[in-house]
Amino acid sequence: MTSTVRAALLIAGRDLRGELRRPGASLSLVVFALLVVVVFHFAFDLTSAEFVALGPGVLWVAVLFTGVLALDRGFRVEREEGRIDGLLLAPMPRSALFFGKVLSTCAVMAAVEILLVPLAAILFNHPFGGWLPRLLPVLMLNTVGFAAVGCLFACITTQTRRGDLLLPILLFPASVPIALSAVRATGHILASRPLDRYAHWLALSAAYDLIFLAAAVLLFDHALDD
Amino acid sequence: MTAESGPLFEARSVSRRFGAVAALDRIDLAVRPGERILLLGSNGAGKTTLLRVAATLLRPTAGSIAHFGAGTSEADRAAARGGIGYLGHGSLLYDDLTVAENLRFHAGLHGLSDRAARVERALDEVGLRDRADDPAGTLSRGLAQRLSAARAFLHRPRLMLLDEPFTGLDRPGVARLQAILRDRLGETGGCLLATHDVVSAWPLVGRVVVLAQGRIAADRATAGLDPAGVASLPGLAP
Repeated sequence: MTSTVRAALLIAGRDLRGELRRPGASLSLVVFALLVVVVFHFAFDLTSAEFVALGPGVLWVAVLFTGVLALDRGFRVEREEGRIDGLLLAPMPRSALFFGKVLSTCAVMAAVEILLVPLAAILFNHPFGGWLPRLLPVLMLNTVGFAAVGCLFACITTQTRRGDLLLPILLFPASVPIALSAVRATGHILASRPLDRYAHWLALSAAYDLIFLAAAVLLFDHALDD
Repeated sequence: MTAESGPLFEARSVSRRFGAVAALDRIDLAVRPGERILLLGSNGAGKTTLLRVAATLLRPTAGSIAHFGAGTSEADRAAARGGIGYLGHGSLLYDDLTVAENLRFHAGLHGLSDRAARVERALDEVGLRDRADDPAGTLSRGLAQRLSAARAFLHRPRLMLLDEPFTGLDRPGVARLQAILRDRLGETGGCLLATHDVVSAWPLVGRVVVLAQGRIAADRATAGLDPAGVASLPGLAP
């Protein structure tokens, strides 16, 4: 277990170091996410009240599409120059590779979310308040779930010739529960409704996370086999 | 037979198919301690596939493999990886990490305790100390190959699997790699070396195995043979 954690942290650290050393590439993710929100802003010209209804969808479209880009980039790096072989040849449980990739994907998505959520609130003239900290668990749970299922599929598609095209085709249907739960819970929070109105959506996200994290530990080794 | 004296690698009737194509067809091969095998064959003969199977990067479609006298379970395969050094077609290097960081990352994955000392020594061995802080992406093909070799040897593997290791190296680079290989393999290390550069590999090996269409066409000691003579071996002869 210790070696898994150590290796996962090493892999995530390497990925994040790569992101920081290629600021142009990381910036393109942020710009893409912001562009989605800005385009929706100009397209719908939403008031604050309308933002409560439509904003969650706008936010999560931006977050999930950015996540796909981050996943594709994170695994493309390993595919080039056969780098994934270097990871697979290490005497570590292969689940360490999965957890390392989940960690780095979560970190990249979190960085985008930190910029995106306040900007969306400003653009749509939605007052800052207690909803912001209440949104944190929703962002965390759904980001982890999306990264977990995404890394599992990215690992499979990265070994195929057109993996970049295949990834969203596999990933989006599988992440419908996450998208649904995230949008619904975010809607309730933006409308300042109490926890008991959206607790079941949080529970759904948590269950999804657990299922896919556990499934990945069982399946990841097979997913890596040629 | 103990794990120490047993084969470093053993393939028992190993086949590997890619769809309808049989890349390996019932291969029986053992690499014993101290044995250095030159793997020859024309393009598509199955050399790279055999090396990848031996490295546990590919599973055999049929047959079994074992390393270091251990069993054939998944846990055995995982444990064996710590004793395998693999130098393949890809550099396996991260362009955005520096030369030293690439080695430190590899040392970390292998859980090496004396990382700093090993990295320093490896940099000296491959003559890259003055480039230690440069991004690996700025290295020329030959220098990147030297760094790849340093990465493959860093954890002191007992079994080296080398796929065209001399590609991109100049004569001093070849001599340096030969010296490192001799030093690292010592008396008990084993090596499976696939190359078309027979002359560069010749001083290192003691046995030649020729693959043709996924099968072993010839298997003999290098004694009494010279690099020019291998062209007449079955599987290579026109």
